[in-house]
Amino acid sequence: MTAPLPAAPARTAPLRRALGARRAVVLVAGVLILLGLLVAGLFVGSGDISAARTVDVLARAPQLLGADAQDRTTTEVILVERRLPRTLLAVVVGAALGISGALMQALTRNPLADPGLLGVNAGAYTAVVFGSATLGLTIGGAHVWLAMGGALVTAVLVHVVGSSGTAGRGGGGPARLVLTGVAVGAVLSGVSHGVTLVMPEVFDRVRFWSSGSLQGRTFDDLSAVAPFILVGLLVALSLPRALNALALGDDAAVALGSRPGTVRLVGLLAITLLCGAATAVAGPMSFIGLIVPHALRMLIGPDHRWLLRMSVLAAPILMLGADLLGRVATASELPTGVVTAALGAPVLIALTRRRTVRSL
Amino acid sequence: MLETAPRRAGGPRGHDGSRGSGAPARSERRLPDRTLRLGRFGLRLDVRAIVVTLLLAAVALSLGWWNLISGSSAFTAADAVDALLGVADDGTARVILDWRAPRVVFTLLGGAALAVAGAVFQSQTRNPLGSPDIIGFSTGAYTGALVVSLLGVGSTWSTPAGAVVGGLGTGVAVYLLAWRRGASGLRIILVGIGASIFLGSVNSWLLTLMSREDALSAATWGTGSVNDITWAHVAPLLAALALLLPTMLVHGTDMTLMEMGDDAAQGLGVRLERVRLIQFLCGIVLVSVVTAGAGPIAFVALVAPQLALRLTRAAAVQLIPAALMGAALLVGADLLARSALLPVQLPVGVITLCVGGVYLVWLLVGAGRSGGRGRSR
Repeated sequence: MTAPLPAAPARTAPLRRALGARRAVVLVAGVLILLGLLVAGLFVGSGDISAARTVDVLARAPQLLGADAQDRTTTEVILVERRLPRTLLAVVVGAALGISGALMQALTRNPLADPGLLGVNAGAYTAVVFGSATLGLTIGGAHVWLAMGGALVTAVLVHVVGSSGTAGRGGGGPARLVLTGVAVGAVLSGVSHGVTLVMPEVFDRVRFWSSGSLQGRTFDDLSAVAPFILVGLLVALSLPRALNALALGDDAAVALGSRPGTVRLVGLLAITLLCGAATAVAGPMSFIGLIVPHALRMLIGPDHRWLLRMSVLAAPILMLGADLLGRVATASELPTGVVTAALGAPVLIALTRRRTVRSL
Repeated sequence: MLETAPRRAGGPRGHDGSRGSGAPARSERRLPDRTLRLGRFGLRLDVRAIVVTLLLAAVALSLGWWNLISGSSAFTAADAVDALLGVADDGTARVILDWRAPRVVFTLLGGAALAVAGAVFQSQTRNPLGSPDIIGFSTGAYTGALVVSLLGVGSTWSTPAGAVVGGLGTGVAVYLLAWRRGASGLRIILVGIGASIFLGSVNSWLLTLMSREDALSAATWGTGSVNDITWAHVAPLLAALALLLPTMLVHGTDMTLMEMGDDAAQGLGVRLERVRLIQFLCGIVLVSVVTAGAGPIAFVALVAPQLALRLTRAAAVQLIPAALMGAALLVGADLLARSALLPVQLPVGVITLCVGGVYLVWLLVGAGRSGGRGRSR
């Protein structure tokens, strides 16, 4: 299970048709579920607002956003300033994390790769904490550049350290990369934790952000990161053929006319944009990027052309679901990151328990 | 040190190039082993290990002594001796006996306990990364302690109890989840990482439930801090060490045998799962008790056994040198944490984390250079 095999050309026509039908079903079901969750995300939550009122307010959302703060009722503020951006953010952040997980799994040829697990999100987080401590930046806004810098440095570091010795006999391997990622992530989050302890005002600023949450995010936050994520998504979606070639191994990829070095570089760029921006707005989250590609591979097969596109659809479903679950599970809100970790840890453990992981 | 295991050819390969001049040269440079004979019984004495052990003990104790007399109000050695003998004036006695001594004793014992637990876990998972910090037991213990203090029933005995329950629960869960016809080392680590991330997430959620002041103090504690240690924290730790350390030492020989591989050890009569279970349980309780007092102190359990292993140049992780190395490390880290950024007292965990983190990356880089995870310890 080092790498998903692309669909073999020798596959018979009926099998391919069956796979095509399956993809169509998954696509339609995915769109329906996503729409359902979007509606639920807008209608469910604290504030006790009736459905009719919600529809009424949301229909006037464009005017309300332009209006002065004094002219709006609490209900309108909750719906338009809180739930609407939050729901949209869940979609954007989920898509970013899901597709970067799929990218990382393909690029490292490691089924356990995930931006959270490999420490990339922790790197982004640490960079923001240091920025907040030294430059006095507030969360939301200019720190997205810092987050991307942190994500880039950590991704490179973890990859270089974690896959050194891969060429040698028995070296490298998924477990090693994960261990490196976890180790680096632990050190980074520990150091940023230390910073927040020495500076209580920084601590207070990042406390609700550090476990990964979408609570209280506004349209300003959304518009600060959306361009980066959009570019990242486009870059990632340009890669699937190259990733399919890469899945055969570097030599085969070169023989097929792909340039593995370039693909890795472009992939790294996409991961930096996606993870940096996602962490900048939502805090470090794990496991979205681990769960989604694995679930999709089971449903629609390992072809990256489909895997990447469907990640953009499926990851927001998971993110919205986790966010909703966090809102209704307890009296006070659970941060979304807690819910994704609760959902994802069993997946990691199940993957670990599979026979194939030992040889990973 | 008492060593019954057959020495593996070559001994440990150092990860740094400066020492790694090949295995044969290494064994020539070793001090000769002496054997004490008493009738039919023989005891092989590893002279180097004994010298290193004594040196480490001396370092740990002198660092502890320095911690006792230095600080915002400095004392002479004579003052400290007076206080310990009970003939000093009230002020001196209070500072030294009530404030500093418990902290020093706790760091010494806690460092030793963490290191012993780390040695056991690394030996059993046969991986230097298989320490309780990485695989989630300290995170679980912290969760337990947080829950207890959130319920409002925190006290000097209920908080450690909560931590032990949390740590044990995590340990048992990880062990069971990693079980598939025996628990393999690598699987324990990966499952533990999953548990650790999960619990870390839960911990940060628990922190958001608290008021800002409570959360800040819990977060200080969550990094590992010995600033508020009293004799009441020392007592459970002392009890746990007195009870568990001998048990672990008794099974140390089996543990060394198991490093040769499960099959070989089984062939030599080791009851694998029983030894593994006992050592795991003892290790988890030790980690939990330390965590209850000082929070999860990162990486002492990871680093100390490995450093001791390199200093003694032994073939296998040994508990006593590891324990003394842990004590010396934690006391040293505390000294640094107290005095580095005066007047701010850093939590000791921040220091161990930075030192341990650098070591960890070096370990991973070195492991890559010497051909993957060839030496699985």
